[in-house]
Amino acid sequence: MTASSIGQSVPRKEDVRFITGKGRYTDDINLRGQAYACFVRSPVAHATIKQVNTAAAGNSPGVIAVLTGADLAKDGLGTLPCGWMVLSKDGSAMKQPPHPIMAADKVNYMGEPIAIVVADTYAAARNAAELVDVEFDELPAVVELAKARESDPIYPDIPHNTCYEWELGDRSATLAAIKAAAHVTRIKIRNNRLIPNAIEPRAAIADYNPGTEELTLYTTSQNPHVVRLILTAFIQIAPEHKLRIVAPDVGGGFGSKIFVYSEETACAWAAKRLGMPIKWTAERSESFMADAHGRDHITEAALAMDADGHFLGLHVKTRANMGAYLSTFASSVPTYLYGTLLAGQYKTPNIYVEVDSCFTNTAPVDAYRGAGRPEATYVLERIVEMAARELHIDPAELRRKNLIQPADFPYQTPVALTYDIGDYEASLNKALAMADYQGFAARKTEAATRGMLRGIGLSCYIEACGLAPSQVAGALGAGVGLWESGEVRVNPTGTVTVLTGSHSHGQGHETTFAQLVAGKLGIPVDAVEVIHGDTGKLDFGMGTYGSRSLAVGGSALSRAADKVITKGKRIAAHLMDGKVEDVDFDDGSFRLRNSNQAKTFQEVAFAAYVPHNYPLDELEPGLAEKAFYDPANFTYPAGTHICEVEIDPDTGVTRIVKFTAVDDFGNVINPMIVEGQVHGGVAQGIGQALLENCVYDEFGQLQTGSYMDYCMPRADDLPNFDVGMTITPCTHNPIGAKGCGEAGAIGSPPAVINAITHALGIADLSMPATPEKVWQAIRGAK
Amino acid sequence: MYDFKYHRPMNLTAAKALFSASEDALYLAGGHTLLPSMKQRLRAPSDLIDLAGISELNRIDVDATAVTIGALTTHDEVAKSSAVSARIKALSFLAANIGDVQVRNRGTIGGSLANNDPAADYPAGVLGLGAIVITDVREIAADDFFKGMFETGLHAGELITAVRFPVPDAAAYVKFPNPASRYATVGVFVARFGKTVRVAITGAAASVFRAPAMEAALAGKFAASALDGISIDDADLNDDMHASAAYRAHLCVVMAKRAVQELG
Repeated sequence: MTASSIGQSVPRKEDVRFITGKGRYTDDINLRGQAYACFVRSPVAHATIKQVNTAAAGNSPGVIAVLTGADLAKDGLGTLPCGWMVLSKDGSAMKQPPHPIMAADKVNYMGEPIAIVVADTYAAARNAAELVDVEFDELPAVVELAKARESDPIYPDIPHNTCYEWELGDRSATLAAIKAAAHVTRIKIRNNRLIPNAIEPRAAIADYNPGTEELTLYTTSQNPHVVRLILTAFIQIAPEHKLRIVAPDVGGGFGSKIFVYSEETACAWAAKRLGMPIKWTAERSESFMADAHGRDHITEAALAMDADGHFLGLHVKTRANMGAYLSTFASSVPTYLYGTLLAGQYKTPNIYVEVDSCFTNTAPVDAYRGAGRPEATYVLERIVEMAARELHIDPAELRRKNLIQPADFPYQTPVALTYDIGDYEASLNKALAMADYQGFAARKTEAATRGMLRGIGLSCYIEACGLAPSQVAGALGAGVGLWESGEVRVNPTGTVTVLTGSHSHGQGHETTFAQLVAGKLGIPVDAVEVIHGDTGKLDFGMGTYGSRSLAVGGSALSRAADKVITKGKRIAAHLMDGKVEDVDFDDGSFRLRNSNQAKTFQEVAFAAYVPHNYPLDELEPGLAEKAFYDPANFTYPAGTHICEVEIDPDTGVTRIVKFTAVDDFGNVINPMIVEGQVHGGVAQGIGQALLENCVYDEFGQLQTGSYMDYCMPRADDLPNFDVGMTITPCTHNPIGAKGCGEAGAIGSPPAVINAITHALGIADLSMPATPEKVWQAIRGAK
Repeated sequence: MYDFKYHRPMNLTAAKALFSASEDALYLAGGHTLLPSMKQRLRAPSDLIDLAGISELNRIDVDATAVTIGALTTHDEVAKSSAVSARIKALSFLAANIGDVQVRNRGTIGGSLANNDPAADYPAGVLGLGAIVITDVREIAADDFFKGMFETGLHAGELITAVRFPVPDAAAYVKFPNPASRYATVGVFVARFGKTVRVAITGAAASVFRAPAMEAALAGKFAASALDGISIDDADLNDDMHASAAYRAHLCVVMAKRAVQELG
């Protein structure tokens, strides 16, 4: 008997190796005869390249080769593509400047790679990189997003530095609703630019075998098959069947390791060209400069209400920063992952959103934990909070008044999505109770006796996870499908090897997926091993991002496990001399109904591989099944976050004294892992709200290029989190799961800013709410 | 990091000899500023002379009127020394709040002072307590030691061997850390010796400085309220993306008041 562990906080199988230094990350891989790469990067934000002189570098001790953008062009390699076509209001295609693997004629952001130096040691490569003499003709840099449209074009054929002018929703109905409304709340807000900061920097080691013509790239990727597809189809590095991408243990991604970057691509190319393994591991300062950044929006919004506070219309106008080039999925983030979320949890009948995406001389911007959904939630939950204050309605009550109710599902929003299920008021009520919302006034009074300003802020968020279905995504411009594959391989002794196209880079899939499959098959969790991250081992997979792994990847595994059970029943029926329709499978046993006969899962597995007594005329031997799962819809996790702060008016320091997160992630396999995801996400959200900010100066020089200046949240910046759950199972996937990876980063920032502005009695304060900004606000209010 | 020659002399004489024999040598104490700048290729000494082997530089001596700390004593050793905390608790507290555990295990008082980072903590303690910086050739009063941003009164090749702190009647250090680096955005060290009060402020300007108006007010009445109405001129204060000069000026007063309040 094996009690299912589904719903149990099983300790993470992978943690033993992670916390004892036995993980195998890309930088841990060393190959015989490997050489080391160092990139020559642009020190300026915008310039034409007059000349690249590599002679001195080439003669530097230990140097094997110095390769430039011109060499890439000679080899006929393609440019780095963007995988999502977005159309402008007028139907025209987005503008996509060529994104070279290494710049040859012009550099467009500080840190852009210009040449790769390959040498016997990293030190030799780095010494030589300094000797590469690049002559620049500097151009004025377009840095400020607010002025991007009005600045001289970075690319002559892209007027107004504008990638696209996108819209969604009913413009005239929304504007009419705003015009006729009893009350309109307006905001102008900024969603600050962030740098992802995975603990493991990006790395690559590429290996080419001229005998087999196979090229293997070990790299820090969240989605190795997508990397292979892009390197093959768009860049022509190698044919797909000769290219293997391995993403071994990966130390965090947060979206930044979805994308196909210059450096990894250049290593793969150089390994093939030079015929030796080439290794590159980013230094932290390279990560700051050249990982895709996140967020960076400026938004004006207007929310129309009737006299009672019922929402009538929402108009959102956003300018989004794309950086210098379109990173792999950049175009989709401020559009289909942003505009579609603006209904939130509310029955707003008319919504119209327009987004201008602009190029600037800054690092490319792409998906970062939440990707568009934190930006949407920030706009909506800030404006709703402000509306409540303007109307003198309790913010919780204004939200409650407008919530979509359980009876309304499936609910079609005015911005394209159909929510399948939820109970938003249940999460709100539970969060209010856990946060002791009623007791706030007394706590504020008590804090005042200590000279502290206390505030409380809410955020009722929704997100759309597991981007789907493929046909809809394709119709909206996606260049890839958005299904997932999974395989359940039963070994002859009854242990199970699970292969998934999802990729774990800290999320604990090796445990969650093992629990899922073990639970389905009635075997111990330890009898299941999860394999991921290697195109040489798996069928095609789409990888991990957008909180999709359990809802999409897990569903594929669930289907594959069902197929195993179906086949197992046929084998068991034969072994027990019964009819297949009389065989039940439960808790690891195949039982013949109305008899005392049963076969264990192990016995059936053994029979499948040692088919001495087996229906070979009707059934193939072996017990391994695959499934490809393409979801019918997004999943829609939702919840309420409540933040309570105390502010020291003398210094402006904000301390979060209580943070409550109540989330509905649908069915939960491992509550501990889910809570951990919430903790991490909320920490990142608090980081955005209070601490983190990417700053470029007017010349496009990155000012926050190290931890001396870029402030990551640390344990002592954070409170204990009070995490609760409500559950409405997803209606359209076999697990009933919705996804939990991004919710914390999506829901928390507006809760924090709502609490701070509440404490200070001011309308707005831009993120990050640093002590000085808070102090200035207090001083300004006096 | 560029290549360099590494030396580990066992006494001061040998260290000095190596220094004068080298083309472009630097002394290495804890290395917490020097090594990162070398890794970033901002500094490229021909020779590094590691002082860690010189045992005479690592000591803590106390008597009734002074605490003398050898230049190579780590922040952690100072923080954990009961001899120090029994006499100048504020100095233990200051050392215990420099950087993080790893920094405190390697960083040294002599290295910190010779570097004179504008946001370092020790300069506030040394200037606030009116300590004497002892070198291999002379003694330098704190008031003459700190000259400007990363500038001290040390001559080329002159080595700090110890710092002698007079024991005050009362002292406190309060800092407002930069949220990212945890260096002092503003750190204020207040010390009272009988009727005399010294106030030293780090982090706010190019180098640590004394606040005479605060000292005079506190000498008149040693209470936080004595600082009401006193302001620090922000004209010469640091102004950067982390804190404006006006905010730093404000924090100087707030931190000074808190330091005095701590002394009840």
